[in-house]
Amino acid sequence: MNARVVIIIGAVLLSFGAQRCNGQEVSRSSAWTRTTISGQGQPKGYVQFENYCSMCHGPGPGQPGTMALQAKYKGAEPALLADRTDLNGAVIKAYVRNGISIMPIFRKTEISDANLDLIAEYLTRNNKK
Amino acid sequence: MKVPPGVSTSDFSEALRQFEEVVGKEWVFTSDEDVAMYRDAYSPFYGEADELVASAAVAPDGVEQVQKIVRIANQYKIPIYTISTGKNLGYGGSAPCYSGSVVLDLKRMNRILEVNEKNAYCLVEPGVSYFDLYRYIQEKGIRLWVDVPDPGWGSPVGNALDRGGGYLLPQFRNHFDSHCGMEVVLANGEILRTGMGALPGAKTWQEYKSGFGPWIDGVFSQSNFGVVTKMGFWMCPAPDSYQVGTVTVPKYNDLTQLIDILGYLENTGCTNGMPFLGSPMLARGPIGEQGPLADPELTALLNDENGPVPEEMDAYAEKKGVHQWSCTVSFYGGPQANAGNWEFAKEKFSAIPGAKFTDGGAYKLPLTPEVQAKFNLPQFGIPSLQMFSIGARSAINPTPGEGHIWFSPIIPRTGEAVFEANRVFRQAAKELGLPVPPFSLPTCYWERAFIFLFGFPITHDPETNKKNRKAFQQLVKIAAEHGWGEYRTAPAHQAAVMDTYSFNNHALLRFHETLKDAVDPNGILSAGRYGIWPKHLRDSHTWRSS
Repeated sequence: MNARVVIIIGAVLLSFGAQRCNGQEVSRSSAWTRTTISGQGQPKGYVQFENYCSMCHGPGPGQPGTMALQAKYKGAEPALLADRTDLNGAVIKAYVRNGISIMPIFRKTEISDANLDLIAEYLTRNNKK
Repeated sequence: MKVPPGVSTSDFSEALRQFEEVVGKEWVFTSDEDVAMYRDAYSPFYGEADELVASAAVAPDGVEQVQKIVRIANQYKIPIYTISTGKNLGYGGSAPCYSGSVVLDLKRMNRILEVNEKNAYCLVEPGVSYFDLYRYIQEKGIRLWVDVPDPGWGSPVGNALDRGGGYLLPQFRNHFDSHCGMEVVLANGEILRTGMGALPGAKTWQEYKSGFGPWIDGVFSQSNFGVVTKMGFWMCPAPDSYQVGTVTVPKYNDLTQLIDILGYLENTGCTNGMPFLGSPMLARGPIGEQGPLADPELTALLNDENGPVPEEMDAYAEKKGVHQWSCTVSFYGGPQANAGNWEFAKEKFSAIPGAKFTDGGAYKLPLTPEVQAKFNLPQFGIPSLQMFSIGARSAINPTPGEGHIWFSPIIPRTGEAVFEANRVFRQAAKELGLPVPPFSLPTCYWERAFIFLFGFPITHDPETNKKNRKAFQQLVKIAAEHGWGEYRTAPAHQAAVMDTYSFNNHALLRFHETLKDAVDPNGILSAGRYGIWPKHLRDSHTWRSS
């Protein structure tokens, strides 16, 4: 087993231990105490994004998707997907349908093509035309 | 088009055509692109020839459609593999156990059929997620809590059938135990209802579990004897108040007495929240304490060749003025009862010389958002995905894997067992060339046994995955040699784990197989799930070692 493998396994084992430890003490977003997602006054696709994506990619600490993008871009791009202005609709769809890193695949029975179109439209709404 | 093994192309085409008649063309998936979405994103065989993959998928939206699909599958002997939400990540995801099966995707069956506030139960279909159920009760202002597992996108039905666990009071934490009544489509297409559901017009299907005669619900969990299409669950009436407190003890060997007293308190109903064992030495602290002590001296003690030496650990703790272990206990109920129970818990824990106590606070429920932010959401019946922040890319984990699977043995709920398991797994890790895990503390989901949870990374490098698969199966054997069995595992390891449950020449597995042959003679339902293979595939797939 090479050194890199050992490090990865170690990191995962250790980090699982750490998180279990912190299970009761890290700050937790209360995003999911909100129930009704209103689309009123919101851009197209907002409701779908909130429904399917915001539990990982929403604001607040402990959001796995937001945390991962913060670690990846280190502030060069916004960690919040909804704040990005450089996303490509086809790439968004490819990530959703194929997964990326620990984000799993989302099937059509979970997110329909129509809803995925709306999510892509929402996340590219601020792109420079 | 990929065709299931043992099925002719013409039969498969005809079966797919008939599936389309049942559910509509839109809900039969056959293109490579669509079928690939049923891969297990965390497959230990990712990208290898042995990866467990589907040939197609069919997604019904009602029980009648399930019946028709099962009958068609029986006619053409098509292997089908049932999933609910397919989010069983780390334990198989949405991929079949038998490659080439057609996935029977029940995600569209997402009806919340009943939530009864007065008697605190619900009846749901398999495609309902914890998020769905939580939103429903919140929107309707129903004063009930859902016991949720760490990831909230899963299905109460699927999680219970895989025997997952949660965070509320003991009678809800074991999700299979908290179910009450199920509806099952059998392999011949018949519908069966269990418990009181067998009595036409029953008024108590979700209120009395066992009905009359043999109580068979258990055989539909971790198995492949039917397609569960409805399940009832007992829910937790929203408690009035919550209180939490922590006991700390000074000596390394105090862990044994700490766990004994905890067991007494839990099993007499004094403390009813999920307890949490911690230690400032091990990056597991109670509320208000942060992270590990970063100290090379401590690291050396923890990494001692033979494991930590109690006397040395005690000397270190005394020198640094820290305790060895902590146990956080919590209480749901009336405020006076919670306070009284915490006082009683303190009295009992005081039997350990040097025990100290920290009040974690008493709160009226529901918590304010500010207070709630301090706690783990599932402890209050709120679904979340924040546990995935463990494996995600982060400052402390800059090169994350592509997923994980869990090695999760059940061990006795004693301090002696915790020490022994640490010795055994430490030694095993050394022998298997794995990184030696730090001293680990178990999780307290169940009141009568502990569970250890070790994450094994999934990569997209076949060689690494292959080595990890081998190591995993050796760990399973080593655990079994010490009398510890896995509670659940990924399909890649299900046969190996089932093989360890081998008392009297695998009498239990042989019983499962007898049952399988009787209720599913063509072996169409979820072949291989939890190591149970139909007759025609048994010789080539059963792991059985003896």
